[in-house]
Amino acid sequence: MFEGVPLTWFLIVATLMFFIGIYGFLVRKNLITILMSIELILNSVNINFVAFNKILYPDHLEGMFFTIFVIAVAAAEASVAIAIIINIYRRLINIDVEKMNEMKY
Amino acid sequence: MFTIFSAVIIIFSVLTVTSRRILRAATFLLFVLVATAGLYFMLRFNFLAAIQLTLYAGGIIVLIIFSILLTSQIGQKLDTATWKKKLVAFIAAAFGAVICIITILANKFPVEATSAGSTNVRLIGQSLLNTGKYGYALPFEVISILLLAAMIGAIVLAKKRKD
Repeated sequence: MFEGVPLTWFLIVATLMFFIGIYGFLVRKNLITILMSIELILNSVNINFVAFNKILYPDHLEGMFFTIFVIAVAAAEASVAIAIIINIYRRLINIDVEKMNEMKY
Repeated sequence: MFTIFSAVIIIFSVLTVTSRRILRAATFLLFVLVATAGLYFMLRFNFLAAIQLTLYAGGIIVLIIFSILLTSQIGQKLDTATWKKKLVAFIAAAFGAVICIITILANKFPVEATSAGSTNVRLIGQSLLNTGKYGYALPFEVISILLLAAMIGAIVLAKKRKD
């Protein structure tokens, strides 16, 4: 199935996804949408790992284990980030990064 | 097959970062993650695709949707960034993407004709708890401590204070 697909295409798809995530990270103002952009970035890196593993070194499993660990780190990061977001919402009643200037003055 | 999955990934990624309704953005992110799991199935990493479906699509998206429901009104539209900010961000992202794609296209990836290794669950489990060569016991333990610390930290942070 994937034999006809060269590695380059996987890498290009992952690159586009990564930079769409970067764009969202720079443009969005809501904290939860920024978190979703980070998930996009991590996911594109996972695609890179898996494609390199399967196409260049099909007898090893390193890329797969790194992907598993990245998924676990993403889960930990999302849970802590959402706890922080809920805490901020409870104190300031919004989660807009441009309106959060409590600690500025 | 690859074309369908990659088209779904690209289109719904763009919709995720441009949609003005936050719940729709979360749903589009779910489509992106499911299409990624499809790519893993295509590459015959069945266990990894199952992890992707249950943990990402099942766990993280549900967490994000719960927090959206807790922190914002449904149907409320997000205010967009200014044109200047959008333009600067687009130029930065496009510049980086072009540089990366040029580098990828200039590089030749030599494919060694090796036999495909098996990826059954028994082998994965033995590698994860193996301390020798190609063993991942140390990262496994470190990641379990990290998950425990993240769990405790999330509970402490989101707990209601008495003051």
